[in-house]
Parts: sequence; C-alpha cells; structure tokens
Amino acid sequence: MTDSARTEVDGLLRRLLGRSGPELGCEQCFDELDRYVELELAGADAGAAIPGMRAHLQGCAACNEEHASLRALAGTDR
Amino acid sequence: MLTTRRAQAARGLDSDSQAWLEALRSEGATREQAVARLHALLLGATRFEVSRRRSAMPQLSGGELDDLANQSADDALVAVLAKLDEFRGASRFTTWAYKFALLEAAVKMRRRPWQAREVALEPERWPHLADGGLAPHAQVEQVELLAAVRSAIDEELTLHQREVLLAVALNGVPIDVLAERLGTTRGALYKTIHDARAKLRRRVRADGFSAGPDAEGEQR
Repeated sequence: MTDSARTEVDGLLRRLLGRSGPELGCEQCFDELDRYVELELAGADAGAAIPGMRAHLQGCAACNEEHASLRALAGTDR
Repeated sequence: MLTTRRAQAARGLDSDSQAWLEALRSEGATREQAVARLHALLLGATRFEVSRRRSAMPQLSGGELDDLANQSADDALVAVLAKLDEFRGASRFTTWAYKFALLEAAVKMRRRPWQAREVALEPERWPHLADGGLAPHAQVEQVELLAAVRSAIDEELTLHQREVLLAVALNGVPIDVLAERLGTTRGALYKTIHDARAKLRRRVRADGFSAGPDAEGEQR
C-alpha cells in the first residue's frame, strides 16, 4: 500500500469513526475557544483545563480551522 | 443582576480589556470612537483569515476578497456588541473579539465556492474505494475495516445520519455549507455526526475491529 493511499484511507476512517470519549459540541467549543488558545499560548495544559475540547478539535474540521486561525492571530499580539 | 455579573467579571480583567469594556459601554463620542476602533480590530482579523484562505480561492479578485473581509467585520461587530455582557474575562478582550471575526470570515469563505454548486448527499467517493483500486495494495485489515464501516453505515444509521455523515466525511462538504442548505446549525449537524460515529464505533467493535484511536477519558 502506498503512503498516500494509506493516508487517504486512514483519514477517511478517522472522519467516519471519530474518537470515543468526552467531547464538546460546536457551541461549547466556540464559547471556550479564546480561553483555550490563551492557555495554549501561555504554555499551560489547555486540554486538561477544558476537557473535551481537544477531542472536538480533532473531530470537527471547521472548528479546528478556526482554532488554528485564532491561535495564529492571537500569537501575533504577544 | 447584570451589574453584579459585570462587577464579578471586571475583577479578573486585565487593564486593556477593562478599558475596552468601559469605552464600549460609555456614551457619545467615547463610545463611537471605541466602536470604530473595534471595527478596525475586527477588520484586521477578517483580513488575516481571508489572507490565510485566499490561495484556495484563486477565482476571487482582490476586491471581492476585501468585500468579504469588510462584510465579515461588519457582522462580527454586530455580534460582539450584542454579546458584550457575555464576555467573562476568561481571555483578553481582543482574543475574545477575534474569534467572532474569524468565524464570520471563515464561514463566508467556506460557503463562497459552494454558492452555485449542488451539495451531494449520496456517496461520491465509495466507487473509488470499492472498485479494487486500493485493494491490491491495501493492508487487509484496513480494507476489511472500511467494508465493515460501510455495512454499518447502511445498517445502523438513520437516513439523516447517513446523509450528513457522508456529505461531510466522505464528500467533503463543509459543515457550514450543509447547515445552510438544510436550514440548521453547525452545532446541530455536528451532534448528528457525533451520534452517527458512536453508532459506527459500537458496531465495528462488535464485529471484532479496533475502532481507531481514543480520545481523552475513553470509556468503553
């Protein structure tokens, strides 16, 4: 199996199956996003501080993109 | 009550955030100037987001992208002012305000390429995976797991769960686009996806497969 084919199938399976465990919804994710990002930028364990956030960011592509953007933008303010 | 909440929140605020709130809650020229500064801050954020995504949208001109950034900043300004009393001081005010701007710009950027496109609710990519193109090279377990997932999708999910999951996870339809077409919200659709995934994991585990990596706090 080529690396690209394996990556494609892995990605598809991950998107279809997600991950088990506690996970926030999109609204909760948005509510907590600014605090989560500032904890990350401060070097704190943001995942432990906001349980279920990391799982949601892994499972929701849209929220994940917005997290990446906020982290990048807020990082420029420091 | 509102005053109490504001006082409680204000105790934990940094000085810049406190200054933003005071100015935005003032009256007259002070407030007008603060609103103008806030709009400029939000416009900077929406331009940042548009810039990050513009390579994926070569069909849009610079003017169209700037219009999109301005519309997003206008909408974000309305949202921030409407939710000002919900700011808890859990982050700096500017970080809190940025997320509204980034959301508005990201949603508009995701929707734009789909304005004239049909949203596929039926599987578009299964044939590629099912026609044997990958099978000769694929590891047996992965191909078998994919087949088990396909069966579980057909047998375990409701029609709505199947359509939403396949549109987003298989056909690559952005969740905001699908939410707009179906007249619902991103959060409601994600809940549908979350529930569908849980059903699929239960089924493939019952079939003897590992259902992939676990998130924090996994309980089986």
